Amino acid sequence: MMREITLSQAVNEAIAEEMRRDETVFLIGEDVAEAGTPFKVLSGLVEEFGTDRVIDTPIAEPGFMGMAVGAAMTGARPIVDLMFGDFLYLVMDQLCNQAAKTHYMSGGKLKVPLVLRTNLGATRRSAAQHSQSLQALVAHIPGLKVAMPSSAYEAKGLMKAAIRDDNPVVIFEDKLMYQDKAPVPEEEYLIPLGQAKILREGRDVTLIGTSSMRQVCEGAAERLAGEGIEAEVIDPRSIVPLDEGALLASALKTSRVIVVDEGHQSFGVTAEIAARINEKAFYHLDAPVLRFGAMDVPVPFSPVLEDLTVPTVDAVADAARKLVAGELIHAA
Amino acid sequence: MNELAPTPDLPEGANAQDYLRMYRQMVRIRAFEDSANQLYLDARMPGLTHMYSGEEAVAVGICEALERTDKITSTHRGHGHCVAKGAEFKPMFCELLGKVEGYCRGKGGSMHIADQSNGNLGANAIVGGSMGIATGSALRAKLQGADDVTVCFFGDGATAQGLLYEVMNMAALWSLPVIYACENNGYSEYTKTEEIAAGSILARAEAFGIEAHQVDGQDVLAVNTLARDLVARARKGEGPFFIELMTYRYHGHHVGDINRLYYRSKEEEATWKETRDPITLFGAWLTREGVASEEDLQGIESAVRAEAAEAVSYALDAAYPDVSEVTMHVYAGEG
Repeated sequence: MMREITLSQAVNEAIAEEMRRDETVFLIGEDVAEAGTPFKVLSGLVEEFGTDRVIDTPIAEPGFMGMAVGAAMTGARPIVDLMFGDFLYLVMDQLCNQAAKTHYMSGGKLKVPLVLRTNLGATRRSAAQHSQSLQALVAHIPGLKVAMPSSAYEAKGLMKAAIRDDNPVVIFEDKLMYQDKAPVPEEEYLIPLGQAKILREGRDVTLIGTSSMRQVCEGAAERLAGEGIEAEVIDPRSIVPLDEGALLASALKTSRVIVVDEGHQSFGVTAEIAARINEKAFYHLDAPVLRFGAMDVPVPFSPVLEDLTVPTVDAVADAARKLVAGELIHAA
Repeated sequence: MNELAPTPDLPEGANAQDYLRMYRQMVRIRAFEDSANQLYLDARMPGLTHMYSGEEAVAVGICEALERTDKITSTHRGHGHCVAKGAEFKPMFCELLGKVEGYCRGKGGSMHIADQSNGNLGANAIVGGSMGIATGSALRAKLQGADDVTVCFFGDGATAQGLLYEVMNMAALWSLPVIYACENNGYSEYTKTEEIAAGSILARAEAFGIEAHQVDGQDVLAVNTLARDLVARARKGEGPFFIELMTYRYHGHHVGDINRLYYRSKEEEATWKETRDPITLFGAWLTREGVASEEDLQGIESAVRAEAAEAVSYALDAAYPDVSEVTMHVYAGEG
C-alpha cells in the first residue's frame, strides 16, 4: 500500500530532494525560512539547508524576482516563492520582460532556469487580492512554462521536473489543497511538463480540468456514472507546454468536451483549449466545446457571493447531461 | 579646454599600455556610434538606436577595472558598455542590422546587444529593468564563493524606478558584490534630470548605508581609479557601492531625436563637446604626460575608423537569419 502525503509535504519533499541533488538550487522569497511560508509548505528546509539556500527577503516582490533572474542567468537554479498568485502583477516586468525573453533575445546564449512557485484558488474567504487564479496571464507569454498540479502526486513530480528545466517555469498550487492527501511513491519520479493524464476513461463526454478543477470534473464524472453516462476526465498537468494530442484524442473519442479552469472565463485557459479542439477536431464534435471558468468579477468576500464565482460539480454535471442528451448544441 | 587634473597616484600597476588601451576603447565606442548613426541616416539600419557618444569615459573607466569574468548589465544605450566589456565590431554591427552573425543572432538588436561570453548579461530596453538581474548576479557570486563583481549600469532616469530601492536594500543587507553605476547625463529622455529627481541621488544610496561617490564621468582616469578601488573592495566583501558619474550624451535620446531645442540649447551641447569631451581630454593628458604623441593617437584613431568601416561593410553584406529561426530559442533545450 503506497503511503499518502499532503500536497504541502509533496512540494516540500520535491524541493528538498532537488536541493540535495543540486547545490545550485536555492529558495528565495518572503518568510520562506523559519516561518516556512504562511502555508508552512517549506517548514524544515532552512534547518537542513541553512539561510544561504533558504533566503528570507524583505517584502519586495519585483526585487527578489529580478534577483532570481540574475542568479539564474549566472548559473543558479532559484526557486522563487511568491506568497500569493495575486502578487504576480507585482513581478510582471521581471517575469515577462526579463525572464521569459532572455533566452530568445540573446540568440540562445543566456538561459534562465528558475521556478516561480505560487498559488491560485478562491473560496478561502480572502477577497479580491488574495484569491485570483492568474495562470492565463503567464501562459500567454512565450518563453514561460506553466504547470498546474492537481494532487500531491503531481505536485511532487512536476516540481522536480520544473527545477531541472532550463527555462522559467511558473507552478500554481491550489492553496486550498495543501492539506489534501494522495498516494505518493517513496521512490524518485519526475512528471515531464507537457504530459496530460487520463484520470478516468469514458466514451460519452470528455471533462478537462486543471488543478483543483480536476476534483470538480471527477466529482461530476462520479455523479454521471450513476446515471449511466461515462465521462472521461483528463488533467493537462501543464498548460504550457500543453499536451494537445491527448486532449484531441479524447475529443475524437467522445465527441463532446467540457473544459474547466478556475481562471476568469474570458480570454482564459478554457478559451484556448476549446479553440484548439474546435480548430482540430471540429468535424468529430457532436456539440460545441463548453467552458467553465471563474465568473468575470473580482472575487467577492462574502461567502454567499464568492461561492457563486467558481465552477461546481453541479454545474459541470448538468452541462454534461445536456451535452449527452443533445441539448445546448448552439448554446455555448 | 579644461585639462584633466594631474593624477598624483596613478592606478597601481597601470602603464602606458593600459592607458593606450583605454584611449583606444573610447575611440572605438565613438567610431562605433558614428557608424551606427550613419547607418540610421542612410536608412540602412532597421529601427532606432540610442547613442553613447560623450559618455565613453564612464563605460571604459569602469570596464577597464573589471576582469573578463566579472559581470555587467547594460541599458538601451548599451553599445558603449558592450564595446568596453570586450565585444568585437563585426558581430556588433551584424546585430544592429539584424544579421545572423550578430551576438544575439539578430534577435536582440541595438537595445539587447551583448557579448555574453565577456560577462555582459544583456542590454535592457526597460529603463531600470536590469537592476534586479545585476543584484542577483552578485548574489549568485556570493553564494558560490566566487569573487566576481557585477556592475549595474543605468541612467539618471532609472533612479525614478522603484526596483532600484528594493534591490539596493537587499544588496546592502547581504553585502553583495555589486556596484550601481548611475550615468547621470543630465536628461531623462526629453526631460531635465532636475525635473525628475527630488533631493540627492547619492543620498538615496547612502540611506541604505551604501557608500556612494560622485565622479567626473568625462575623466576616464578619475573613473578608472575609483572603479579599481571599489571593485577590489567589492571582491573582499565590502560592497555594495554606488557611483554617480556626471556625464553628457551628445546625441538626442535616440537617433531620431533631432530637434532638441525644447529641452536643451545648442550652446550647452557645444560647450560639452568643446570643453568636456572625454576622448580629447584624455588624449591631451596622454601627450602632455609623454605617454603618446599626437601621431600615435591619430594612428589609433585611423586604425579604429578603418576597423569600423570594414565591420560595417561586412555586416551590410552578411546574411539574415533563416526564417526557420523565428521559432528557435523561445525555450532552452528545444531547437
